[in-house]
Amino acid sequence: MNAQAIIRSLEAEYLKTDLPQVEVGDVVKVGVVIQEGGKERVQPYEGVVIARRGTGVNLSITVRKTFQGVGVERVFLLHSPRIANIQILRRSVVRRAKLYYLRQRVGKATRLKQRFN
Amino acid sequence: MALWRPVVALGILGTKLGMTQLFDETGKAVPVTVVQAGPCTVTQLKTTATDGYDAVQLGFGVTREKTLSKPERGHLQKANAPWVKHLREYRLDNPTQYQVGQQITVALFQPGQRVDVVGTSIGRGFAGYQRRHHFGRGPMAHGSKNHRQPGSIGAGTTPGRVYPGKRMAGQMGNQRVTIKDLSIFKIDPERHLILIRGSVPGKPGALVSVTPAKLVGAKG
Repeated sequence: MNAQAIIRSLEAEYLKTDLPQVEVGDVVKVGVVIQEGGKERVQPYEGVVIARRGTGVNLSITVRKTFQGVGVERVFLLHSPRIANIQILRRSVVRRAKLYYLRQRVGKATRLKQRFN
Repeated sequence: MALWRPVVALGILGTKLGMTQLFDETGKAVPVTVVQAGPCTVTQLKTTATDGYDAVQLGFGVTREKTLSKPERGHLQKANAPWVKHLREYRLDNPTQYQVGQQITVALFQPGQRVDVVGTSIGRGFAGYQRRHHFGRGPMAHGSKNHRQPGSIGAGTTPGRVYPGKRMAGQMGNQRVTIKDLSIFKIDPERHLILIRGSVPGKPGALVSVTPAKLVGAKG
């Protein structure tokens, strides 16, 4: 077995098998496990996926939302045990791999055309 | 004057396979280096009586018979060892607790243990001031000809020489580097793997030596 195959087999133990196919432009609801006074709780975070990078155990997505008029972006390592669940709420027609242009836009201009397939 | 003390612990030799990131028990992503270490064969025990110091010599890696000289082959045959590529010594207080021909495996270590890793850093050849020492550079335009020069390297007639240790261009990398006090993330005894938290010197395929950490100020 070569080095890359060994590393991939080590990563394989940590891969989740039940992840949905998240794509750029999707509106997702991510359940994040947070520690609160010694107790664990799942906190939802909802927003639009503006970037997707990495493969295998390194797969991560950037989720953007506007909260109280302020743009918030969070990066999630999808295979992390801290991500309890991820739900796709709607998908959009996008013509970019990265939707960084949404950072320059506010209000109605940030809308994406919905996709139904 | 402080007496020089050798590292008093047996380590293991291995090959760096590469890096990845895995998750620890709290779910945090941890950068890990995968090292395939051992099994190493004890090829010689050195004692004060015969050699003037106490050490254990380990052999690691496979090679072909024709790459070894006749004295090397004889040395390995005496220990009943396979044709090994590398021989390294570890200074010990009591080498006689090991036997010649004994196999040293990753079972030497436990997860969570602190280790020092010795390797050869990535060679970058003859590097200039900017690359080797992070000097600033001069203006690239407006008639300037001072692009990547060092500036002044010292005073004039007094002292009349350049002080030793002045940072200049030269060989960068490809030298022995020790990374101290790394922790072991995981051990896989079946595949002879050590997963070390953090980075270790060299490129994938490089020879590294993993020893229990020698902590400064620690007793013994």
